[in-house]
Amino acid sequence: MTKDGAIAIEGGRLIDPAAAIDAPRDLLLEEGVVRAVEAPGTFRSTEVARRIDARGCWLVPGLIDLHVHLREPGYEYKETVATGTAAAVAGGFTAVACMANTNPVNDSAAVTRFILERAAEARLARVYPIGALSQGLRGERLAEIGEMRAAGIVAVSDDGNPVADAGLMRHALEYCAMFGVPVVDHAEDPGLAAGGAMHEGRTSIRLGLKGIPAAAEEAMVSRDLLLAELTGGRLHIAHASTRGTVALVRAAKARGVRVTAEATPHHFTLTDEAVAEYDGNAKMNPPLRAAEDREALRQALADGAIDAIATDHAPHHRDEKDVEFDNAAFGIVGLETALPLSLRLVEELVLSPADWVRRTSVAPAEILGVAGGTLRAGAAADVTVVNPEIEWRVNAAELRSKSKNSPFLGWTMRGRAIYTIVGGRVVFEHLAPAAGASQSER
Amino acid sequence: MSFTQRHLLGLEGVPADEIVHVLDTAKSFVEISERDIKKVPTLRGKTVINLFYEASTRTRTSFEIAAKRLSADTINITGSTSSAQKGETLADTARNLEAMRPDAIVIRHPSSGAPHLLARAVSSPVINAGDGAHEHPTQALLDLFTIREKKGRVAGLEVAIVGDILHSRVARSNLYGLTKLGACVRLVGPPTLLPDEFESFGVAVHHDLRRGIAGADVVMVLRIQRERQGANFFPSLEEYSRLFGLDRAALAAAKPDVVILHPGPINRGIEISSEVADGPYSLILEQVTNGVAVRMALLYLLAARGRSDAEREAEEREAS
Repeated sequence: MTKDGAIAIEGGRLIDPAAAIDAPRDLLLEEGVVRAVEAPGTFRSTEVARRIDARGCWLVPGLIDLHVHLREPGYEYKETVATGTAAAVAGGFTAVACMANTNPVNDSAAVTRFILERAAEARLARVYPIGALSQGLRGERLAEIGEMRAAGIVAVSDDGNPVADAGLMRHALEYCAMFGVPVVDHAEDPGLAAGGAMHEGRTSIRLGLKGIPAAAEEAMVSRDLLLAELTGGRLHIAHASTRGTVALVRAAKARGVRVTAEATPHHFTLTDEAVAEYDGNAKMNPPLRAAEDREALRQALADGAIDAIATDHAPHHRDEKDVEFDNAAFGIVGLETALPLSLRLVEELVLSPADWVRRTSVAPAEILGVAGGTLRAGAAADVTVVNPEIEWRVNAAELRSKSKNSPFLGWTMRGRAIYTIVGGRVVFEHLAPAAGASQSER
Repeated sequence: MSFTQRHLLGLEGVPADEIVHVLDTAKSFVEISERDIKKVPTLRGKTVINLFYEASTRTRTSFEIAAKRLSADTINITGSTSSAQKGETLADTARNLEAMRPDAIVIRHPSSGAPHLLARAVSSPVINAGDGAHEHPTQALLDLFTIREKKGRVAGLEVAIVGDILHSRVARSNLYGLTKLGACVRLVGPPTLLPDEFESFGVAVHHDLRRGIAGADVVMVLRIQRERQGANFFPSLEEYSRLFGLDRAALAAAKPDVVILHPGPINRGIEISSEVADGPYSLILEQVTNGVAVRMALLYLLAARGRSDAEREAEEREAS
């Protein structure tokens, strides 16, 4: 029997909205694909290398995070492809798309290939590089998008930097249409956001911090929706954070603009009040917004105006956070907390379990044009086995990510991945605490 | 009545009765500065560190004099002499200072929240001497003290604060202190420097100087920073002065017995005319005198407790 031999997953509830299934089903995985999806007990006498007892669990197509920062090459002290994908699989993600703001920037096929080689060595989650939109993320000249596409990028983005020049954005949208890849938009008007450290509102005034108004995001979203309409290009709005952005995207979709959008768990869970007494772990860009913005995001996730949940996993070293708030780095880690935070939306009846799978797996796969998003026979054997009831505490020492910059440290979470399977291989397994060691990697 | 604060990071979280307690305590310290021998042994053997990351003459001198008149040993560390020049972070500086066992650390810093960072890293009391655009609680306390001395009360007074409210730590601390003690506060300035959001703090917002100071018992004028004109908050100092500069003509809108405060240093002829700054209703120099007494009171209330007491209390807090 080979190491990657057949696996039977038995006793679970399969939630596969792309196949219109939400029912007890057993899965047989073999040779990297889903071999069969059958009624419970069907594989009882099938010879397999491994049987996974999934009683009480959900079987869902592997979660796909279309917005992470793996920091390699260049910032290995924050995260590497290996540690970032370890965090991903521990959080139930079978695939991640990584942004280009590495050093060197991923604006060439060579860097794209380097990232993919690192991912192949790690053998954990699938990694889909996102190429830079402009050379060096400088917002001046288009990067060699065609070369990078041939090497494996799935989208382009200057994420981290807004594309200030509307002419460049227009050309990017037009040019990318040739390759069928979306332009991922970090929407931020540089003049309105300049020097800001948090959401502009009562809390920024109270704390004496320079604010980033909601309009800084909405002005750029407006512009880019018009450019998507003008060019017919595919626009994906990264980390939508405001009520206004939701309204703009909703209206654009209604008139047929080719736009998709994502929201992060921190934006639909927290508000700017989480900055409290200058907590650097509550600093990110876009910033945590007001309660009405959070509510609008939740509504948009419910009705589909926002297509996907993405983490914007942004590891930073403690030394970059343990400083004056306005000097602290923007960004938080998210891969290991996204699953339970998004399951709260199910618990609070914002999302049905099927919608939760749509936002975390089906839509990201569609937006990126990658494998996954379903577990029908023949599909890639990327499976997340979720125990939706298990309670656990977010503990910095137990996070797989090299960085621990999370505002959720100390939170009690409900629900976690207990098995993460990529291409038919178990790459993460959560062992019950009673069994001694809490977790193990294969 | 007592003062239960472990640090003084701002007035936002200090209850009204504790603010009054500081003011009452300060009153008993005024007399020391009027003696021939201006020194009492209250803080003998205690060490107060003044950590100033931002230029300051008035506040730093005031804290130093306050500590010395209480017989504390004072160490001044300024931005140019500190390890910040060598790239040391504030958190590391804090840990090093902590290792030298000071009894109080006074910090002035250009970043909002820097005193909070310091307070999380040390066990000695931290006194905020101004952090970014956040708070400057000792300035507000001395303003409250000065108003109370002159008017006999704070409750019920109409107080207008005029100028660059958005960037002002003095405005924020005064807003909390004044409203807690029952004053009615109006903020006055151009919309670029005074967002309407300030109304949510329980104060009135005015963009017209005369309307804003109409019937005021107290007008507090803030210093306007010259660099704000470069950032398009207003077109020029001249235009700012014409719209918001406090001169005698504008002051006619206030009560006849109005008093004028300014945290200093003043820009004569810009936010305030010389005739107002030097006029009979001006309390600007009384503010400076009272500043010493207020800071003596705070050092006494915070640093006089032994370090062991403070550490024990901290441990109890952790345990609870």
